[in-house]
Amino acid sequence: MFGYYLELALRSLKRSKALTALMVLAVAMGIGACMTTLTVLHVVSGDPIPSKSHRLYYPQLEPRDTDNGFYTKGEPPDQISWQDGMYLLKARRANRQALMTGGIAPVQLPGSNLEPFFARARYTTADFFPMFEVPMRYGHAWSEKEDEARSRIAVISTTLNERLFHGEDSTGKTVRYNGMDLQVVGVIDPWRAHPRFYDLNDSYADAEELFIPLTTSRDLKGPRNGSRDCWGQGGKVTEDALETANCTWLQLWVEIDDPARVADYKAFMTHYSQDQVAVGRFHLPPNVRLRDVLEWLDYNHVVPSDVHLQVWLALGFFAVCLVNTVGLMLAKFLRRSSEIGVRRALGASRANVFAQLLIEAGMIGLTGGIAGLLMALGGLWLVRQQPDAYASLAHLDMPMLAATFAIAIGATLIAGLLPAWRACQVTPALQLKSP
Amino acid sequence: MNLQIKPILAALRRHKSGTILIAVQIALTLAIVCNALFIVHQRIDRANRPTGINEQNLIAVQNRYVGKPDSFIPQMKTDVAALRNIPGVESAYVTNAYPLRRGGWSTGIQVDPDKTKDSLPSALYFVDEQALQTLGVKLIAGRNFNPSEVVTVGPQTTPAPPQVIITKAIADKLFPKGDALGKTIYYSKGKPSTIIGIMEKLTVPWTDFDHMDNVTLMPVRFDSGYQHFMVRTKPGQQDAVFKAIPGALYAVSRMRVLPEKYGIRTFETVRASAYEADHGMAILMTVVCGVLLAITAAGIVGLSSFWVGQRRKQIGVRRALGARRADILSYFMTENFLIALGGVAVGTVLALGLSQWMLKYFEMPRVSFTYVGVGIVLLLALGQAAVFAPALRASRVSPVEATRSV
Repeated sequence: MFGYYLELALRSLKRSKALTALMVLAVAMGIGACMTTLTVLHVVSGDPIPSKSHRLYYPQLEPRDTDNGFYTKGEPPDQISWQDGMYLLKARRANRQALMTGGIAPVQLPGSNLEPFFARARYTTADFFPMFEVPMRYGHAWSEKEDEARSRIAVISTTLNERLFHGEDSTGKTVRYNGMDLQVVGVIDPWRAHPRFYDLNDSYADAEELFIPLTTSRDLKGPRNGSRDCWGQGGKVTEDALETANCTWLQLWVEIDDPARVADYKAFMTHYSQDQVAVGRFHLPPNVRLRDVLEWLDYNHVVPSDVHLQVWLALGFFAVCLVNTVGLMLAKFLRRSSEIGVRRALGASRANVFAQLLIEAGMIGLTGGIAGLLMALGGLWLVRQQPDAYASLAHLDMPMLAATFAIAIGATLIAGLLPAWRACQVTPALQLKSP
Repeated sequence: MNLQIKPILAALRRHKSGTILIAVQIALTLAIVCNALFIVHQRIDRANRPTGINEQNLIAVQNRYVGKPDSFIPQMKTDVAALRNIPGVESAYVTNAYPLRRGGWSTGIQVDPDKTKDSLPSALYFVDEQALQTLGVKLIAGRNFNPSEVVTVGPQTTPAPPQVIITKAIADKLFPKGDALGKTIYYSKGKPSTIIGIMEKLTVPWTDFDHMDNVTLMPVRFDSGYQHFMVRTKPGQQDAVFKAIPGALYAVSRMRVLPEKYGIRTFETVRASAYEADHGMAILMTVVCGVLLAITAAGIVGLSSFWVGQRRKQIGVRRALGARRADILSYFMTENFLIALGGVAVGTVLALGLSQWMLKYFEMPRVSFTYVGVGIVLLLALGQAAVFAPALRASRVSPVEATRSV
């Protein structure tokens, strides 16, 4: 029966080519627009570290005085100061903790005529690698011992390893960063978090090329790449004296494996704030936050509002396309009243006719889905030509591909319900009478 | 024509689904199109905001020095001199930021040395005596900097030179009486700066900032390896100078990086890249509107053609009973007009609702009534245009059809 209906549907679709083309086009454009924008949304709002986004937390404290002008919004600052960060890091109250900031400086290979170039770096502490599940290709990350010893070491990215050492195992070799020689202890596999949740100063930037112990970076006066907020003292803070300054410029992340201990950690932060108020370092009542990865991204509005706007626009567009398809299908099905009348009179039940028409609707959906997929691929190609920081990430993945077809066929079937039902209402006798 | 409205309404009641579908489609299209066009308008307005500078014949160079000398100042001085020596260059200076660069430094200004009031945020541009001329900014009071006033500031301190030039926007906010010139303000506690000049207008480096016109020029050479050069060329010389810049700079020293993409840009490029996202959104919205209108029109043509086909016999009867072609034509035109009227009525409510929703979730201004009005007219006209061909076909139905059996 299904095969027969399929044949009937095909024949009917061929009969009025313009109308069919119009319906397929409308479905395709609606699907194409929706899939393009949803893929972009999917890419930018994805969970950057799904395996543990609910175990990683971002502690925030309020260390400022009352005289912090236009920064105050009732929320603690987005970053943490050296003193507070170091205290929380060394307190080891969480399963893992890492303190970090971004940097950028020229990289050279000692004794090589390779022109120096600028590379982005992350100045961080030992737990960074296991905490964010950074995959190692050669060598190993460093331990706390090296953090404390302020060792002249670095972990480098695959790309930098390609550029400097032609992809060989470079552990033990030396790179010159900001004029200081560092020994390579590890090379990581390609790794990139998007959005780059751990430091939102540049949320869709490429991953760093070098990872250097935070303490070492202070010794080699590694230039920072990130914001800093200072208060009090009239802003007269030197970059070299950031350890003691009233400035927030670091990001602290902690991993808490047991959800029951999250409240403990928050209490610990509150106690610490109270102690700091008592000794006169903090001036405002304790105001702490402990957001997990997704809450942190949400709080910072990491997903650009234009992306949301585009999705809504595409959905509205799809709705108009569907209404349009319903109208055209209605016209198409009702035009065949006499044919349906004959079939009914020859014994086809309403259910049979209904099924046949729905198959026809499904065919339109399938064709529209295929064409829509092509349009979405084209749309995503266009998006990738855009300058937006997230654009290069816009690719269709398998779940989105499956969703495209499910939505195309599902929506067209729903769109076909009303026209098919109306067409079934034809009274056989009435149609047979006139011709 | 008026006489037809009643029978049309009666006839419409007989094919409700089609009527409702067209009306719904018109309503949705109106809601989307007038809001989308309103967004397009806003984005274009935003991208065309003036910066207060003369954007013609202006080139911006981004430069990073490699190496760690005790001071970058001598390099900067020779670089600026080399740029000024390029034939066709009118003036040039070295700075940390400029309008639409999308990166820079801002700080709070205090009128009160004891810092008791809230400070007023201002972007800082480090310049020398050639900056005003290079940017083409109009000074409305006071004077330009003298070369001797330009001070060197290390990377470790917040600059607060004794003389500053501010925009009128700052002057008006700090000294509402209009007596800003010669007054003392503070960028850093305990370091007074005197206002020696007031500029008509100059905007901050960012495209989103609460105080777009709050800019301070400081006669400062900032000792850092990351600098920007601004170069004004003589009219007609921009292309030649553009090509000559890398050579001139590399001739001074190769110890620098001029990034491929952002290294040397005409101000035209700077503006275009600052507002790329807005242009992209405006184009996207316009295309969507165009396609939506086309789809709606196609839908109306499709359904109306069907109705005409369905009613050939009735039309024939009317024609046989003496209706003129014009009557048949106007019947279908009026029918569509009535459906479209229903559609735009619902659509207006939807459009305002949508605008209200966007106001809440995207913090956008409410759609102006002009746009809704234009949208209504557009869709009514579109409906009439779309139905015209089917209606014309209907009017050509011959009275003989009346005698035929379907």
